[in-house]
Amino acid sequence: MILTDEKTKYLEEKAKDIRRDIIEMLVEAKSGHTAGALGMVDIFTALYFGILRHDVKKPHWSERDRLVLSNGHICPVLYATLAEAGYFEKKELMTLRKYGSRLQGHPHREFLPFVENSSGPLGEGLSQAVGMALAERIDNPTSQKFFYCLLSDGELEEGSTWEAAMLAGKTKPHNLIAIIDRNNIQIDGHTEDVMPLEPLADKWRAFGWHVLEIDGHNFEEIFAAVGQAKSVFNRPTVIIAHTTPGKGVLEFEGHYEWHGKAPNREEGEMALKELRTLGGRLKGD
Amino acid sequence: MINLNPKIYDNDVEQEAIRVGFGRGLVKAGEKDKNVVALCADLKESTKVEDFAKKFPERFVEMGVAEQNMAGVASGMAAMGKIPFMASYAIFSPGRNWEHIRTTICYNNANVKVVGAHAGLNVGPDGGSHQMLEDIALTRVLPNMIVVAPCDALEAEKATLAIAKHVGPAYIRLAREKSPIVTTEESEFEIGKASVLVEPENPEAIIIACGLMVHRALLAARKLEREGIKVSVINNHTIKPLDQVTVLESVKKTNAVVTCEEHQIAGGMGSAVAEFLAQTYPVPIEFVGVANRFGQSGTPAELMEHYGLGVDDIVEAVKKVIIRKNG
Repeated sequence: MILTDEKTKYLEEKAKDIRRDIIEMLVEAKSGHTAGALGMVDIFTALYFGILRHDVKKPHWSERDRLVLSNGHICPVLYATLAEAGYFEKKELMTLRKYGSRLQGHPHREFLPFVENSSGPLGEGLSQAVGMALAERIDNPTSQKFFYCLLSDGELEEGSTWEAAMLAGKTKPHNLIAIIDRNNIQIDGHTEDVMPLEPLADKWRAFGWHVLEIDGHNFEEIFAAVGQAKSVFNRPTVIIAHTTPGKGVLEFEGHYEWHGKAPNREEGEMALKELRTLGGRLKGD
Repeated sequence: MINLNPKIYDNDVEQEAIRVGFGRGLVKAGEKDKNVVALCADLKESTKVEDFAKKFPERFVEMGVAEQNMAGVASGMAAMGKIPFMASYAIFSPGRNWEHIRTTICYNNANVKVVGAHAGLNVGPDGGSHQMLEDIALTRVLPNMIVVAPCDALEAEKATLAIAKHVGPAYIRLAREKSPIVTTEESEFEIGKASVLVEPENPEAIIIACGLMVHRALLAARKLEREGIKVSVINNHTIKPLDQVTVLESVKKTNAVVTCEEHQIAGGMGSAVAEFLAQTYPVPIEFVGVANRFGQSGTPAELMEHYGLGVDDIVEAVKKVIIRKNG
């Protein structure tokens, strides 16, 4: 897909809407994960409004690409993007985390069939995405269906992630694309203080993956990386997307304290005001 | 007596490991349905997945020693319409990878079959580290999961075919050692339908057993019969969903129950029976199983005696429960 200025502007508008919805739903829910959700808006926007093969009218279309969200705690961005894309009405976003809601605190496909997997406990999504790609290969070895797995950087501390990485390195599913939200924070602090992950790209290379590093807020880089990943036919690809946690609200940006808390009403109003005045600042700085 | 191997009480009764029956069932399930796939964590031969892997190499995934990943991969394959059987030793799966099974398989309601081989004391010389005595407890507490512990190789083959057809998560428990063939080729197997193996007129107690303990329960019943004590024996191969109808009907005839399993008493098959009876029809129950201890090295026969799972232990439990009932 060619990214024209017009398309970029369209994506930026979508991303702004999604950020607004995330803030509003978190304020209403009074709990939830702010930093990661805001930080991944641009990637979710690129995926649902340009990259993924999907059909809002046929959520169970068998030929759709699959998106496995491994770090389920950033689900406000998934829900807000699904609503923006038209999978359900936006007013339902305000039910996040409430009793009887389809929008569970962490995604559950029994409640919301539009999600490919229930998740929450970390370090499990990559295994599921590898399994999907391997199952697809049995039926259709030259499949052009793509399997995207979104992971956090913190969850790379789970050993099971590397079990999955090893299996993908061995079986080499060409249609598996992992995207890591490299935002450098986790609950207890900065990743490199809590548990150093670097040299991260080298680790994935050592496991047999094609590795790309991008600015996760730059649509051109996101589209180019996915385009390149799709053309790599003999290995899975991991895109290490450098993002700013809390992106879009200066007061939230880069602060690990915002990993697992929701803005209160005042903070929410401040954040919304700031979003509206951001202008072009959402593009990669 | 219904559907019992006529040689069951003979010394030369046919013997075959329960896991071997599973291996045959898996190949048959693969022949019947091309969506059946198998995953194994570096234990192809001993879990008896090998024949399937040879016959359907494109439908087999060698996972290496990585049981946590195996659960997630199986879940992903199920999401694409496959029917994955994931095999390892029970100590590692569902032991090591329990939360992965909970989240990616049960919470997702994924159509995955967890195969726990080498469960119980009969692993013998390998010792307590490998003698899984907690797997029934771990799996039966999981919503959406069904739990099956076949009593012999013939039943394991049928159970494998049955869980392949059942849509949803399932756990099947297998033993390592050769054990007597209790049932016959003609015996029916249905998930959730316990089989009454022995039912004399006016029984004084009922023995409810699963797995290898079914044979021992039969031997104990015969020994008691010779002493003039008549008991029924049920093969309760499906621990979840429990066959409440058969259990209740049979228990009402005796008002005294002994449960037998090669598992911790806490949380096992007997606990499932007790939970049900406590709510519907409280009667005295004695539990034959491992009492809050780990296993150790030894021959299977030595260990079964040591941990109180011998035929005489069952006989004593029956006498005790009858005294309690009458007391």
